[in-house]
Amino acid sequence: MIEKSNKKIIATASLAGCFGCHMSILDIDDRLLDLIELVTFDKSPINDLKQFTQPIDIGIIEGGCCNSENIENLKYFRQNCKTLISLGECAIMGGLPAMRNGISIKECLQEAYLDGPTVQENKEGILPNDEELPLLLDKVYPCHEIVKIDYFLPGCPPRADLIWNALTAILLGKDIELPYEVLKFD
Amino acid sequence: MEKEIKIWIDGTEITTSKNKTILEAAKENNIYIPTLCYFVNTEPKANCRICTIMINNRMLTACTTPVADGMEIQNNTEELTDLRKSIIELLFVSGNHFCPTCEKSGNCELQALAYKYKMLVPRFPYEFPHKQMIGKGSKILKDQNRCIACKRCIKTIKDKKGRRYFATKYRGYKLEIVPDEEMIKTISEETAQQAMDNCPVGSIIKKEIGFNMPIGTRKFDKTPIGK
Amino acid sequence: METTLQEKKIFDTLKKYGNNKSRLIDILHELKNELAENKKAVRKILSEKLEISAAELDEVISFYHFFLFGKGKYNIYLNTSITAELKDRDKVKKAFERYCETPFNSVTQDGLIGLYDTSCIGMNDQEPAAIINGKIFTNLTPYRVKELVQGIKSNKPVEELMYENSGDGNNSHPDVNSMVYNNIRRKSIILNKDYPVYSFLKKGIKEMTPEEVINKIESSNLRGRGGAGFPTGLKWRFGCRVPSNHRVIICNADEGEPGTFKDRVLLTEYPELVFEGMAAAAYATGSDIGILYLRYEYLYLLKFLNKKLIEMQASNLLGNNIEGIKGFNFNIRIQMGAGAYVCGEESALIESLEGKRGEPRDKPPFPVEKGYLGYPTIVNNVETLATAVKILHFGPDWYSGFGTGDSLGTKLLSISGDCKLPGIYEVEWGIRLGEVLEMCGAEDVQAVQVGGPSGMLIGMKDLNNLNSIELMKWYKPSGMMVAEKFFDRKLSYSDLPTGGSIIIFNNSRDLLKEVVLNFMSFFIEESCGACSTCRNLPYIMKNKLQKILNGNGVKKDIEDLLSWGKILKASRCGLGQAAGNPILSSIFNFRYLYEKHIQSLVEFNSEFEIEKAVTAYSKFVHRKPVLYHLQ
Ligand SMILES: Cc1cc2nc3c(=O)[nH]c(=O)nc-3n(C[C@H](O)[C@H](O)[C@H](O)COP(=O)(O)O)c2cc1C
Ligand code: SF4
Ligand code: SF4
Ligand code: SF4
Ligand code: FES
Repeated sequence: MIEKSNKKIIATASLAGCFGCHMSILDIDDRLLDLIELVTFDKSPINDLKQFTQPIDIGIIEGGCCNSENIENLKYFRQNCKTLISLGECAIMGGLPAMRNGISIKECLQEAYLDGPTVQENKEGILPNDEELPLLLDKVYPCHEIVKIDYFLPGCPPRADLIWNALTAILLGKDIELPYEVLKFD
Repeated sequence: MEKEIKIWIDGTEITTSKNKTILEAAKENNIYIPTLCYFVNTEPKANCRICTIMINNRMLTACTTPVADGMEIQNNTEELTDLRKSIIELLFVSGNHFCPTCEKSGNCELQALAYKYKMLVPRFPYEFPHKQMIGKGSKILKDQNRCIACKRCIKTIKDKKGRRYFATKYRGYKLEIVPDEEMIKTISEETAQQAMDNCPVGSIIKKEIGFNMPIGTRKFDKTPIGK
Repeated sequence: METTLQEKKIFDTLKKYGNNKSRLIDILHELKNELAENKKAVRKILSEKLEISAAELDEVISFYHFFLFGKGKYNIYLNTSITAELKDRDKVKKAFERYCETPFNSVTQDGLIGLYDTSCIGMNDQEPAAIINGKIFTNLTPYRVKELVQGIKSNKPVEELMYENSGDGNNSHPDVNSMVYNNIRRKSIILNKDYPVYSFLKKGIKEMTPEEVINKIESSNLRGRGGAGFPTGLKWRFGCRVPSNHRVIICNADEGEPGTFKDRVLLTEYPELVFEGMAAAAYATGSDIGILYLRYEYLYLLKFLNKKLIEMQASNLLGNNIEGIKGFNFNIRIQMGAGAYVCGEESALIESLEGKRGEPRDKPPFPVEKGYLGYPTIVNNVETLATAVKILHFGPDWYSGFGTGDSLGTKLLSISGDCKLPGIYEVEWGIRLGEVLEMCGAEDVQAVQVGGPSGMLIGMKDLNNLNSIELMKWYKPSGMMVAEKFFDRKLSYSDLPTGGSIIIFNNSRDLLKEVVLNFMSFFIEESCGACSTCRNLPYIMKNKLQKILNGNGVKKDIEDLLSWGKILKASRCGLGQAAGNPILSSIFNFRYLYEKHIQSLVEFNSEFEIEKAVTAYSKFVHRKPVLYHLQ
C-alpha cells in the first residue's frame, strides 16, 4: 500500500472489439505478476471498475467506434489518461466490424434485421430503435480518427509479447522494441 | 561473355554486366530492393514504385532502369525507406485490408512489407472505399478490396490464344483490375491456382480452399520478406 | 434487320483498319454510335475479331473520357477549367441541368441529351465553353443554354444550333465552320505572315543535307515548346542514332494543359507551317512515318487539316521522293485522341497511337530509341515544329537575335483569366511578367499561374528562407503561380519556364477554394492510375485541403501536406510528379492563406462530428438523434 504512489495507473476499455485484446493482455502469463508490481489497474473490465477513481497514466483501448457510446467512452478516456494506446486491429483500423464500412446503414440494418437469410421471424419489421440503445454511427471509426492516440499496437489479437514490450517500455520511458515475430496484423 | 561493368549500391561495389536492370544486378548480389509489381521473366511495368532508388538525386525504379558502368545507387537510405513505407501505407488505406479475414495473410507481400517497415498505423486517413467482389460461377474470387493494381495477373495469366483473363478498367483514382467475366467462368484449376499464386496479395482467391496453413508456418510468419 | 446492318458496319470498319489492334482508337471512334446502342454485341464481335478478351477491349474504352461517356444522341461536354469557373461556369451548368431536367454526368430519360463535365478544352479565352457533338460552343450564358436546349429538343442538327457568324480567320473557312475565335493579339517572328508557305520544302531543303538541317536547328538553340524545353536539335540527332527500317515524326497536338490554347490557333491559321516542320524533321532524320496526334476536343479542325494534307500530297510535298529528292519519302496521317490529358506525355501518346490505354512508359528506353511500334520516334510540340521551319528559312542567326540568354527566340503565350484582352501573344523570351500583364490589360492582380496546374504558385514571403530553397530542390516545376511581388521575374527556361499557359487571378479570387481545389481535381481526374502514388495520393491530399478549408485544420495538417507531396515525386511521369504542386506551391508561397483557416491553438481535430455520424441511423429507424452522456 505504501508503494502505491509510485505505481503507474492503468485503465482499459473495450469498445467495438471482441475482448480478444484483453485476453491477450492476460496472455502475458506469469509476467502479469511483474506487471502488477509496476502498475495499478483502475477502470477496466478486468476488475469491473466502472468509474475512474484517479488520474490515469496509461489508457488502453480495444476496439474501434461503432456507436455513440463508444465515442463518449473514448473521449472520456482521452480526458482522463495521460497516455492513450490503441490496442489491436479494431482500435487501429476498425477491424472486422469495419467490414460494414462502405455499405450504408440502411442496407446493413435491412440485411441484419429484415431480409438476411438468417433472420427468423420479424413480421412487424422491427428495427433496433429503443431509446436506451446507443446510436449507430455511419461507419466504424478507428480510434485515432476520433481522439489523439499516442501509441499503436497492432495484431488480431496483438501478441502478448508486443503488449509486454510496449507496456514496460512506456513505463520505463524507453523506445518500444519490435522484434519481427511480435508485430503481426492477424 | 557480356562485358563486365561496376556499379555501387549504397557504397558496395558490384560487378555485373550490361543489359541487366538494377534490380537484377542487386538480386544476384544478395542485395534486397523491395518489389511488388515486378514478376520474374515478365516485362517490368513499374506500377507500384516501391523499388524506387536514387541516382544523382533522381528517383528511378530499380525494376526498369538498366545498369550503367559507374552508377552510384542509393537504396537503403532513411529517405527511401520512409518513401517505401509511405507507399505501403497508401496501399493499405486506399483498399480494405482486413488481414485477420484474409486467406493470404502470412503469405502476403504487402503485409510482409508492412511488417518489414514496421507499419503500426498508416499516416493517411483510412478511406474505406466501397469495393466489389467478382467471381460468380467461377473457380476464383476477385476481391477488389485487396487489389493493389500491380498488374501481375494481367501480365501472366493468359489463355492459349494469348487473351488475358484480367484487364485494367477506368483510370486514375477509379482504376480497377477486373477479370473477364466470361473467361473466368471456364478458368482451369491450374490457371486459377497460378493466378492466386502470382497475386502478391489476397485479391485473387481460389475458391474452396484457404486457411490451410496454420499460423506460424506461413511464409512471412518468422522470416521477413527479402531475407 | 438492324443487327446485320450493324454487323456489316463493324466488319467493314475492322477491314478498313486491317483487323489491326493498334488502330483500336480509330475503330472505336468509328463505331461509337454502335457501341452506345448495343455495347455487348459490338464488344463481342470486336473482341473475337481482334482476338482479345472483352475485358481487354473495355480496358481501352474505359480509359478515354469520350469513349466512356457520351451515351446521349446529343452529348454536351462542359469544360471544368479554372478559367470557365472564373466566368460563371456554375450558372451555365445549372442552366443546362434545369433545361435538360437531368443532373450532370447523366443522360436524359429519353436518351436525347447527355450532360458531362470534361477537362479543359483549350478555349480559355472564350469561356465558358462546351463541346456538343464535336462542335465548340463558346461564351455560354444561361440564356444561350436555354436556346441551345430548345434547339436540341426540336432535333436540330448541331450546326444549326450555332449562330450564323463564325469565328475569325480560318474559323469561318467552310471546312472548319466554328464559332471559335483566334484572338491573336500580338505577332512577332513566328506569327508574322512573312513567309511564303512551303518555301523551305520547295527550295531551301535542296541546298541542305539532313546533317546540315540538324546543325542549323542545333545552332539556333531551339528548345521544345511543349513544356520540358528539351533542345530540339539534339532530339533530332538522337532520333537518327538507332538503326531502323522506319522512323517516326509525331506532332504533339494534344494540348491538354489547362490554360493552353496556342497550338489550336497555330493549327487553325498556320497548319502549313506545322506540316512543313514535320516534313523538315523527317528529312533531317530520315523518317518516313508522320503522325499528328490531335486531341479529340479539336475534332472540328480535322476536315480542314486533312484537306491540307491531301493538297500537300497532290503537289508532292508529301509522298514519295518529295520535291524530287530521291528517297525522301514521308507521309502524314492524323490520329484523333479520345479525351485524356496524360496522352500529351510523349510515351503515353505513343501507347495511345498503338491502340492502347494512354499510360506513360518507363524510360529508358526513350522514344528516340524505341517509340511508335518500336521504331525510333521523335515527338515534338506543334509550336516547336512551326518555329523550326522559320529558323531553317531565315537562319539560326536571325533567330538568335531574339530572346535572352538560355531562352532564344519567341514564345506563344495563351493568356486567360482576369484580364481585359485574353488571347494569344507572341513575346520574346526574357520579357518581364509585369509587362505581359500590362499587355493584356490585367489589373488588381493577386497571382498569376505560369505553366498551368503543373506549374507553381510563388510568393515573396518565403523566398529567402532556407526551407524554400530545400523545397525548390525537389519541385522542378515546369511553371509556377506568381504573386505580385514577383512580377519583375522574367519568362525564360531558367527563371519562369512555361509551355505558354498564363492564367491571371485578381484580388477578388479565393486562391485556395477556387483555384487550388480545381487544379487538384484536374489531376485526380486525369491520372492514368498506373502508379500507386499518383493514383491514390492526390485524392487524399485534396481531402486534407478541404478539411483545412472547412475550418477543421490544425498546424500538423499543413506539415503533412508538405511531406506527403514529396511522395508524388516517385511517380512515373510528369503528371504524377506535378500533381501535388497546386497544394505544395500554394503552401510554399501563400502560406498565410492556409494559416488563416487553421485552428492555431488546437492540437488535434479529426473533423469527426457525432451529430453527422448518427443521422443515417436515426433517420432509418425513426429515432430522435439524442445523444446521452455517460457522466
Ligand atoms: C502529363 C503531361 C502532358 C503533356 N502534354 C503535352 C501536350 O499537350 N503537348 C505537348 O506538346 N507536350 C506535352 N507534354 C510534353 C511531352 O511529353 C513532350 O515533352 C513534348 O511533346 C516534346 O515536344 P517538344 O520537345 O517540342 O516540347 C506533356 C507532358 C506531360 C508529362
Ligand atoms: S491482402 Fe495482404 S494486406 Fe490485404 S488483407 Fe490480405 S493479408 Fe492483409
Ligand atoms: S489482382 Fe493481384 S495480381 Fe492482379 S493487379 Fe490486383 S493485386 Fe496485382
Ligand atoms: S504519374 Fe500518374 S499519370 Fe503518370 S504514369 Fe503514373 S499514374 Fe500515370
Ligand atoms: S517493383 Fe519496381 S515499380 Fe513495382
